[in-house]
Amino acid sequence: MSDDDLVRRLRSGDESAFIEVVDAYHPSMVRLAQAFVSSWAVAEEVTQDTWVAVLKGINRFEGRSSLKTWIFRILANRARSTGVREQRTTPVNVSDETSVDRRRFDAGGAWSVPPSHWSDEIIDRLSSGPLVDRVRAAISDLPESQRAVVTLRDLDGLSSKEVCDVLQISEANQRVLLHRGRSRIRARFEDELAKQ
Amino acid sequence: MKLHALRRDIVCREAVELVTDYLEGALSPRDTRRFEVHLEACDGCEEYVRQVRATIRILGVVQPEDLAPETRQGLLELYRQFREG
Repeated sequence: MSDDDLVRRLRSGDESAFIEVVDAYHPSMVRLAQAFVSSWAVAEEVTQDTWVAVLKGINRFEGRSSLKTWIFRILANRARSTGVREQRTTPVNVSDETSVDRRRFDAGGAWSVPPSHWSDEIIDRLSSGPLVDRVRAAISDLPESQRAVVTLRDLDGLSSKEVCDVLQISEANQRVLLHRGRSRIRARFEDELAKQ
Repeated sequence: MKLHALRRDIVCREAVELVTDYLEGALSPRDTRRFEVHLEACDGCEEYVRQVRATIRILGVVQPEDLAPETRQGLLELYRQFREG
């Protein structure tokens, strides 16, 4: 179903078109909203409000981005301002954040404690429920903008351009946030594997 | 991280900060080559990149929560109210 058809059907009040977009996007929207707000319940509420905004605004949709990106951008804006109202957003200074603890390198910058080999092993455990639960926990501990970028890129599979469009950030900023988020999650897997 | 000012080879501490730029195709051809030359020679960094790739694959497996039937029903009612209102 192309965006043009969907948008036309939404504008004409076709209920099945609304159901179609809700089924396709609602779960991912709630997940994205959770990056900004305090709880699943608030995320669910923000997403419902977003649907009303989408219905009210569909006549103004100009097709400059995809319908999906447009809907997700409305959601991200609303979730962000709700998060600010909840005073959940605590500015984190992550400018000095490194991907790997500096103490793992020698004075020349080479590994002194190189990574142990676990990349193959963890892929073998991909389908295990406990691993997926731990990944969810790792994601929810990310600072909000890293969490939003990682969620959209790596969980929902949006392109970098789409993520920039949804979150209204630059490509460079998107890459930094993606890098920090992925690095934190990799480090967490490493810590957990070391404990086993 | 900008590398073009550097003349020497990439060291591991720098390589780990370049992984995403590398995977995103955001490094210049010259820096891409230098990064790959480093990986070929460095077992630690090669495994590190494999771990980041594994991390991305694992993240891709995490599905959002299903839409609960009552949520779906609630949205449908919201929609009908909106159309009538």
